Order: sequence, then structure tokens, then C-alpha cells
Amino acid sequence: MYAVRRTQALTGATGLIEVVAPHVARSARAGQFVIVIAGEHGERIPLTIADHDRDRGTITLVVQAVGKSTEEMLTLEAGDAFTSVAGPLGHPTKLARHGTVVCVAGGVGVAPIYPIARDLKAVGNHVVSVLGARRADLLFWQDRMARVCDEVVVCTDDGSAGRRGLVTDPLVERLQRMSDAGEPMPHVWAIGPTIMMRAVSRATEPFGAPTTVSLNTIMVDGTGMCGGCRVSVSDGAKFVCVDGPEFDGHDVDWDNLLGRITYYRPEEREALEAAHARHTGCVRETVALR
Amino acid sequence: MTLSNKERYAIPRQDMPTQDAHERAANFEEVALGLTWEAARLEAQRCIQCKNPHCVDGCPVGVRIPDVLLALGDGDLAAAVDALTERNSLPAVCGRVCPQESQCEARCTLGAKHEPVAIGRLERFLGDHALQQHILPAAPLEHTGRRVAVVGSGPSGLTCAVDLAKLGHAVTIFESLHLPGGVLAYGIPEFRLPRSIITAEVRTAVEHLNIELRTDHVIGTTYTLVELREDYDAVFLGTGAGLPAFMDIPGTNLNGVFSANELLTRVNLMRGYAFPEYDTPVKAGERVAVIGAGNVAMDAARSALRLQRLRAAAHPQTGPGEVHVVYRRSEAEVPARREEYTHAVEEGVVFDFLTNPVAVLGDGGRVTALRCVRMELGEPDESGRRRPRAVAGSELDLVADTVIFALGTSPNPLVFTGAANLDRSRWGTVLADEATGRTHLEGVWAGGDVVTGAATVISAMGAGKAAAADMHTFLLAHAPKGPSRLEASPGTVRSADA
Ligand SMILES: Cc1cc2nc3c(=O)[nH]c(=O)nc-3n(C[C@H](O)[C@H](O)[C@H](O)COP(=O)(O)OP(=O)(O)OC[C@H]3O[C@@H](n4cnc5c(N)ncnc54)[C@H](O)[C@@H]3O)c2cc1C
Ligand SMILES: Cc1cc2nc3c(=O)[nH]c(=O)nc-3n(C[C@H](O)[C@H](O)[C@H](O)COP(=O)(O)OP(=O)(O)OC[C@H]3O[C@@H](n4cnc5c(N)ncnc54)[C@H](O)[C@@H]3O)c2cc1C
Ligand code: SF4
Ligand code: SF4
Ligand code: FES
Repeated sequence: MYAVRRTQALTGATGLIEVVAPHVARSARAGQFVIVIAGEHGERIPLTIADHDRDRGTITLVVQAVGKSTEEMLTLEAGDAFTSVAGPLGHPTKLARHGTVVCVAGGVGVAPIYPIARDLKAVGNHVVSVLGARRADLLFWQDRMARVCDEVVVCTDDGSAGRRGLVTDPLVERLQRMSDAGEPMPHVWAIGPTIMMRAVSRATEPFGAPTTVSLNTIMVDGTGMCGGCRVSVSDGAKFVCVDGPEFDGHDVDWDNLLGRITYYRPEEREALEAAHARHTGCVRETVALR
Repeated sequence: MTLSNKERYAIPRQDMPTQDAHERAANFEEVALGLTWEAARLEAQRCIQCKNPHCVDGCPVGVRIPDVLLALGDGDLAAAVDALTERNSLPAVCGRVCPQESQCEARCTLGAKHEPVAIGRLERFLGDHALQQHILPAAPLEHTGRRVAVVGSGPSGLTCAVDLAKLGHAVTIFESLHLPGGVLAYGIPEFRLPRSIITAEVRTAVEHLNIELRTDHVIGTTYTLVELREDYDAVFLGTGAGLPAFMDIPGTNLNGVFSANELLTRVNLMRGYAFPEYDTPVKAGERVAVIGAGNVAMDAARSALRLQRLRAAAHPQTGPGEVHVVYRRSEAEVPARREEYTHAVEEGVVFDFLTNPVAVLGDGGRVTALRCVRMELGEPDESGRRRPRAVAGSELDLVADTVIFALGTSPNPLVFTGAANLDRSRWGTVLADEATGRTHLEGVWAGGDVVTGAATVISAMGAGKAAAADMHTFLLAHAPKGPSRLEASPGTVRSADA
């Protein structure tokens, strides 16, 4: 069992979990992920290593509740434990001096992009970040990002924080300005919902700005054994867990990917409904006992 | 009371009782039910105790078969178990999954005129008895001060670990998944090899011998082979051949196309058949096409069939479903064990022989059909099997919502990240000495599927055994490195329990 050292709510549906896993912390690098199992009957869930502390032997995970497993994970508290934490998995981000880089994060994507931005800054890049969310209350880690970036732009769909609009708006403006000024195109990283990563890749393509995305496919083992994480890129099928998770956004077959991540949607809904039914059942029972 | 050979010949080979085909196709419980004590004893008495027992030559770990059978025939179960476990640390597993008909039983002298002794069934009987009675392996010898890292907890790694631990070495197994067993745990379905058997057999071996099992360790990223080699006195690689192959035809990334490994992992390792009680979903549609006809294909087809039947029982409004095995050669060439093939046919799997897929067709991103061509058999090829060739103009579409590739696997290259210059073949397998498992890197051995490519449980165990013997000599000839610097993470060390 892997003890949870600390938890912290970040938004209504997102929480931070610091877990004791020295075997992962010792070699974790930006861009890598772990596969965790929360309970005895749990499934293997991929989560990015948002931060690590080699001295304390811990890693930090940021979890957004989207289904049964992630919802249950957010009920964990300090002293609880994960059944399994395996990793680090996937290739680390290639850190190089590009000059300017733009890190675009949508929603919970700010967590996985944070160590990438931090390390890109550390190797000498000028790091601009664009953080987007639907509403102000869904934003988090602006302060952390501000510490490791040269510029932070915030935008929300409804204008409740930062500028109103999608992350692609400030991105395109920036690229246009740099292009007009004859500056070399920045390297763009984008992490967030698949739809958003597709939108960013489409937006940067006309500018020829190299774009790296970190894909969130369905995974089982995370070690190259099942092929469930397959994605189509120009030279055929790749396994996201071992060939990625980062890919050239201009090279990904987005429509195929968007279809593949919904394959188990009916079953996931069934699991969530069954879990909710069990919980309400419990509440009624406690009420009845009183 | 000693029987004459004539009396022994007169005893018929004892049949294995099985669950009724119709019933078992709707559950994941074990198909073969096991011999009774009387039947097992009778079967053992069929052995004529050959002076030159060829059966033993057919066993990759050299089980002393006549001694085992003699003791069992005499009713001395303890002695029979002892003789068996001396060479085989996983008898309840091997008795179930060894391809006996092409190994020990193929060489049995009785096979010439009568039927061979059912060695596998007896091995299963004894293995189960040992588990029920908690019969433990011999205690380890005095500690040698040497530490060994074994990578992978499949049959090769487990056997190597057990043999080295018995000789007094401190063994740590590193396993990337959360449970030990390799293919035994994630590939071979419950209805052929119940999880409880693997758990119990691994636990007996591991706990009694103080083997340290570190799950959730992916060698190549968590630690590299180079790190293990610097820290441990010797390293054994038993990482198997877990990488699935897909056919190079259009449409393989459509929704509804997956590898047999994915289906089997969801079903076995993650217990997806009990979804939503277990969290991992698995689905087999109403029209499933499995491509390939080896053991893996049989397991995938029979698992898919069970998922369909379970779903039909829970949701009577859905159709009963159909599972097809699509194979480019004919029935005579089916590479799966005969027993598995027969079981699949009995359960209702449909076989489309002389049929070869050329494309997966889809609509809206989902599979709708498998486009195939009819094949005919031509001249024999290098393997001696008649080479299939396409019949011109014979295209046909097989309606399918699920397509499962069961085409064989190759070694997972993850373990070779940071593995220095470990020599490999162009198929990605590790180059190692056949007799000893030595690789070109000093202090590193390899065995099992990672060396041979996909093979069998018992050949992997044989390789683990051979390597352990060679490693033992090496270890005693070299000074120990002392305490480890790669201390276990709290949490990663676990017993065999699921
Ligand atoms: C390499 C990698 C890193 C990841 N890092 C993080 C992270 O740091 N934090 C985090 O919160 N999540 C991360 N994810 C996504 C996370 O793994 C999924 O959200 C989780 O598996 C959902 O499990 P669930 O049982 O709660 O929901 P499910 O019941 O499985 O799914 C609920 C809904 O979410 C959709 N969904 C499921 N999986 C994904 C996915 N991978 N991407 C998009 N939609 C999905 C389903 O279609 C369904 O509609 C990562 C995924 C990958 C592959
Ligand atoms: C579905 C199926 C059915 C089969 N049926 C039969 C049968 O009936 N009879 C029979 O004799 N054979 C059968 N086989 C073949 C048999 O299972 C294999 O030949 C045998 O398991 C090989 O043993 P192994 O120890 O070499 O590797 P594996 O059993 O593959 O074990 C390798 C282990 O290493 C782990 N590993 C891999 N990479 C790493 C890493 N980087 N770090 C840490 N750990 C790692 C894996 O997770 C795995 O646990 C079947 C195979 C399959 C897939
Ligand atoms: S281990 Fe397998 S091959 Fe050897 S005797 Fe037992 S059943 Fe036969
Ligand atoms: S070859 Fe057959 S009969 Fe002879 S010892 Fe072996 S099992 Fe017995
Ligand atoms: S998750 Fe199984 S191969 Fe990538």
C-alpha cells in the first residue's frame, strides 16, 4: 500500500494527492506518468506526475473527478492508501532551448504542464503560459505557474477570470504578433481535454509552430502490453504509454482519437450510476438507523 | 500388491471430468474438474515403470515421472508430492496448462500401443493436493550472502527465483504489474487456470522461501538493468514476450478492434467479467471475430463467448451473440492444443477456416465488418504445412462489431531502456546461451519467452531452472557486493495475494 501523505481540494471536482512512492520519485521527470489503483477492486488509472520530492520520496498527483475511479480517489485523505502506484511511465519531455515556448493548459491540464513549464524555464527558455478553464472557480495553480513562467495569460469561457474566450485566442494573437515581427515561431506545448489539444494543434499549424501534445488515451497496463492506448499518427499506430505520451500535435489523427476515448462510455456511466446508487443507499440506511 | 504389466495395460486411461459445455460457456469457472483420488491412483498404476523412461526426456524441467507415479500408485501421496516438487515448483499450474500431449505424454512408451499415461492430469491432482494440505517446499539452505535480482514474475522468473532461494541466495523479484504470475495471471483465463491456484502456488513458493516480491517496478524506468547489475550480485531477465502484434491492414485502429492481450488482461488480471463489481470494463460485442487459431486465440474466443453469454443472461433483450475464429489455414493446421480447440468447438465458437482478413471496415469510427478472402492450400512451405494462397475474386464481408487480433507477441522493449549493450536478435529477443541462459553482459542471465519468443510455461520454467544452476556457480565464485542501495519503497513489497 502507498500511503497518502496529504490531500488538498483545488476546485470543486479537482484535488491534489501527495503519495509516498520513493521508487517513482527517485527517477520521475517532467512529462511522465504513473498508473495507480485506488482500491482492491479498482482499475488501473493513468495520472501525470505533477510534482515530486525525491528527499521525502513522494509524488504529487492532481486528479479531476470524471468517473467512478477518479471520484472515489478524491475521497482519499491523509492516512489512506493506494493499492498500487507503478512508474514512472512514458518518455520524459525533451528539454531543449527553443527560445520562447508557450505552454497551453486547459482545465486540469495545468497540473501536468506545470513540471514541463518549470523545467523548460530551468534550461533557459522564455516561458509563456496560457491557462484556460470554463469558469474562474475551476482555475488553480496560477500562483505556481506564475513562479516558473515569464508570463501567464488566464482566460475563461465566461470571462469570470482573466480574458473571456478560449485558450486558442491569446495563443493565435501571440503567434500572429511574432510572425508579423519576423520572430522565429515558439515551440508550443498543449495539455488538456482532447478537443482543446486538437484546437491548439489546428491553430498553430498555419504558423508552422511546432506543437507537442500529451495524449489522454484509455490505458490498461501502461507498459506496452495491451495496445489499448493506440493512436494513429502519420507513420502508423503508436502506443501512447510507451511511445508517448507526448506527440507532435500536427501528426495526430484527432478524429480517430476522439472516437477511441469514448469506447467504454456506456460502461463507465453504468459504473458511476451503480456507485452513486450504493452511496445513496448507505445514506438512507444511516438516516433510517437514527 | 504388484500388478503385472498385462493388468496395467488393461486399466483404461482415466477421463477428466468436465463442466457441461452449455453451462460452462456462461461462466468463468474451471472447465476441467480434476480427477478423483480413485481415478488418480488407477491412472498412476497404468505406468509400467520403464527402465529407460522417455517421458522424462519430454519434460523441460525433468520431473522424475516414474518415481512420482510409483509413489502415487502405491498411495503414498507425500512421497509423490516430494518427488514432483523437487523439479517443478508450480505443479498445479503445469498440470493444467502444459501441452503434455506434445511433451512428456508424447514420449510415454504406452502411447505406442495403448494410450499414454495421463501425466498432466496426475500432476494437477498432486499439485492440488499439496496446496490443500499446505505441503511446503524444503527449507532454504544457509544464507550465502549473495543477492539476486529477478526481473519478471512469470514462470521463468518464479522458477529461477525459487531455485536460487532454495540454495540460500537472497532473491528480489521486480514485477511491473500489480500482481505476480506473468501470463499465468494476465493471459490464461480463469476457466483454464483459476486465479486462486496461481495465488496459492506463488504464495507457497515465495513466502516460504522469503523471496522479496516488488510489484509496480518497471525495469527500464523505475530502475534500469544497469542499476540492478551494479547493485545485485546477479540479474535474471524473465520479462516474457508481451508486446501484441496487429495486422498491417486498413482499419485496425477503429473502435472495437483490440488485441487478445487487451481483452484477456481486462478479463483476467482486472476481473472485468465481474464489472461493475470490479471497476475495469470489458466488452465483447454481439459479433466477435478473433483472428488467429493458436492458444491465445482460443482463450480470447472462449472468453468473448462467456462475456456474451453473461450479458445475454443479464439482458435478455440482447441477442445471444456469436464468436468466429478466422484462420487462413485449415482445421488440420490449427496450432492450438487439441483439447482447447475441441473445448472451443463444444462451447459454440464458430471456425471460419481458409479465410484471411484483408481489411477491417467501419462506419462512424466503429467496426462493422471484417473483409476477408477465401484461401486454398498449395505446396508445403518450410514449416511443412501447406502454404495458403488467396482465391481470386473470393472477397466476402463477415459482419462484426468486435475484431480481436491474436497473432502472437514479441518481447516488450521497455526493459532494454538503459540496459547498456545487451545483445538482441532482429526479432527483439535477448541473445542468451541455450544451456545456461548467460547473456553477453557479465552477471546477467535471461530465459523464457524473452529469449525464445512466445513459447510455453514449462519451457520458460526450464530456462529459469537452467539459469539458476549456472548463476549459483557464478555467485559462489564471486565475492558478494554487500547490502543493497536500492531499498524497497514502503508499499511495493507484497505477497502473492490478489
Ligand atoms: C498519460 C495520461 C495522464 C493522465 N493524467 C491525468 C492527470 O494528471 N489528472 C487527471 O485527472 N487525469 C489524468 N488522465 C486522465 C485519467 O486517467 C482519466 O480521467 C481516468 O482514467 C478516468 O477514470 P474514471 O474511472 O474516473 O472515469 P471513467 O469512468 O473511466 O470515465 C469517465 C468519462 O471520462 C472519459 N474519459 C475516460 N478516460 C479519459 C481520458 N483518458 N481522457 C479523456 N476522457 C476520458 C470517458 O469517456 C467518460 O466519459 C491522464 C490520462 C493519461 C492517459
Ligand atoms: C493467452 C495465453 C495463453 C497461453 N496458454 C498456454 C498454455 O496453455 N500452456 C503453455 O504452456 N503456455 C501457454 N502460453 C504461453 C506461456 O504463458 C508463456 O510462454 C510463459 O508464460 C512465458 O513465461 P515467461 O516467464 O518467459 O514470461 P511471462 O509469463 O510473460 O512473464 C513475464 C513477466 O515479466 C513482467 N515484465 C515485463 N517487462 C517488465 C519490466 N520491464 N519490468 C518488470 N517486469 C516486467 C511482465 O509483467 C510479466 O509478469 C499462453 C500464453 C498466452 C498469452
Ligand atoms: S511439468 Fe509438464 S511436461 Fe513436465 S511432466 Fe509435468 S506436465 Fe509433463
Ligand atoms: S514412459 Fe510412460 S509408462 Fe514409461 S515410465 Fe514414463 S509414464 Fe511410465
Ligand atoms: S496501455 Fe496497454 S499498451 Fe499502452
